[in-house]
Amino acid sequence: MDRRRIEERFFQGLMVLSSLVIFLSLVLILVDILVKGLPAMNLAMITQGPKGGFYLGKEGGVLNAIVGSAALAGGATILSFFLSLPVVLYLNVYLRQSSRFSAFIRFSLDVLWGVPSIVYGAFGFTLMLLFGIKASLLGGIIAVSLLIFPIMSRAMDEVMKMVPRELLETSYSLGATRLEAGLKVVLRQAMPGILTAVLIAFGRGIGDAASVIFTAGFSDHVSFSLFRPVATLPLAIFYQLGTPFPEVQDRAYASSLILTLIIVGISVFTRLITRRFRSYTIR
Amino acid sequence: MFLVTAFAGLLLFVMVLALYLKSRPILETKTLGQLFLATSWSPSRGNFGFLPFIVGTLWVTLAAVVIAVPLCLLTAVFLSEYSPRWLREFAQPPIDLLAGIPSVVYGVWGVIVVVPIIKDHLGPRFGSYTTGYSVLAGGVVLAIMIFPVIIHISLEVLAAVKFEVREVSLALGATRWQTVKHVVLRKALPGIFAAVVLGLSRAFGETMSVLMVTGNVARLPHSVFDPAYTLPALIANNYGEMLSIPLYDSALLLASLILLLVTLVFNAFSQVILARLSRRVA
Repeated sequence: MDRRRIEERFFQGLMVLSSLVIFLSLVLILVDILVKGLPAMNLAMITQGPKGGFYLGKEGGVLNAIVGSAALAGGATILSFFLSLPVVLYLNVYLRQSSRFSAFIRFSLDVLWGVPSIVYGAFGFTLMLLFGIKASLLGGIIAVSLLIFPIMSRAMDEVMKMVPRELLETSYSLGATRLEAGLKVVLRQAMPGILTAVLIAFGRGIGDAASVIFTAGFSDHVSFSLFRPVATLPLAIFYQLGTPFPEVQDRAYASSLILTLIIVGISVFTRLITRRFRSYTIR
Repeated sequence: MFLVTAFAGLLLFVMVLALYLKSRPILETKTLGQLFLATSWSPSRGNFGFLPFIVGTLWVTLAAVVIAVPLCLLTAVFLSEYSPRWLREFAQPPIDLLAGIPSVVYGVWGVIVVVPIIKDHLGPRFGSYTTGYSVLAGGVVLAIMIFPVIIHISLEVLAAVKFEVREVSLALGATRWQTVKHVVLRKALPGIFAAVVLGLSRAFGETMSVLMVTGNVARLPHSVFDPAYTLPALIANNYGEMLSIPLYDSALLLASLILLLVTLVFNAFSQVILARLSRRVA
């Protein structure tokens, strides 16, 4: 074989190898979390909050954190949806496609996407100090919605860009105002993509710890008050793993399993729902 | 609608401004040299040397990039140039899932898998005593976390290279790898560079997983088996006590300002490259 052949083979081998390494690292993470988490799983983990001495290895579960995370991520998703919707409608319906302003906004959103979540946490915290809010569900919602706002709006923007301009023009010619065309035509046409965007943002929100560590605090009680501290699943995992007791660390593995299952569930659900909704759009 | 959109555009400036105003007290009392070139960190005595944290962050980020970049580029080239279409489509959900796994879960995985391996096998093999909580552990975990970023963007960049270019090269008798090496990669180079920078900036600001596996010792690391303390970990670890010690909160917000500015520059830089590329294609 000549040198070219050998080189070709060599690099093909390397490529297959590295693809396998990357694929296997995902499998390995999922399997390891499953193997470690499953033995420590029990019904109490998801039906009870922490009882007295929970962090010393006594009874209880992480219901407080599951409920807290869901409330926090849900609230942040709703808030950031109502921030994102006007932005993407304005970008895609009101502005000309080649406008400088829209290019600037898209650029800023892309850059915001890359800002680390701990910075949103720190920024959220300074905002809270400014307005005199203590660590609470509300504070967490503010920080997380800042974090997921660029993700959601850019993802929504990408699907709205795909909506054919002809549809807009048709609705204008039928006498629709821009707002009507935007809300009733573009929004509906982009629905599958928008749902995906919302679910992705929700997944990001529920799994993020760095932005809530300052802002949401932690609590052993299940509470829906906006002004009380609230527990979150990622932080619960972090604190449980940090204790010196093996029983509590086992619970951290179980909690990671719960969190991973939630994320996998969201991702599967996203795929199903997009497929279902796609049948309602015009192509 | 215009107002909300303008808010989106201004948010970045507001964040920079707010963090700058909050970190001004410490910038006024210390010189930049005292802050960034000093190694002693003891807030209760008024010493705020950021150097160990900056160097620690750089080590961990660098380790992650060194591990991730070759693997990701080879995978991206494989998926875009060699693999059949079904495999490329099959690879998408796992990559998305890898991007979706929360960083705490990566941290837990690092603690139960990576740290023991380094402690019991890799460390002794290279003759250095280590607890396993090290730069290397952070690098491995971070590398896996930035896989999806680099692969995803590289794939897009490679797909944007025109098909005719490849055909010409193949018609001239080049092998597939030669085509990749001399033609496709050369065309895609700026975009791939942007992908790597985006991955790097993601690694730079990652908090929880790094906090859990790097040991958090505020000393300059000398090898990859030494523990490190990164800037994000510093912020996350000390929020509880920061309000009771003078200048402490200011110092931590200065750390977040540094993070924000660095990631901002990296992201802006790579977005400009990517935008320019997509305009050329369109």
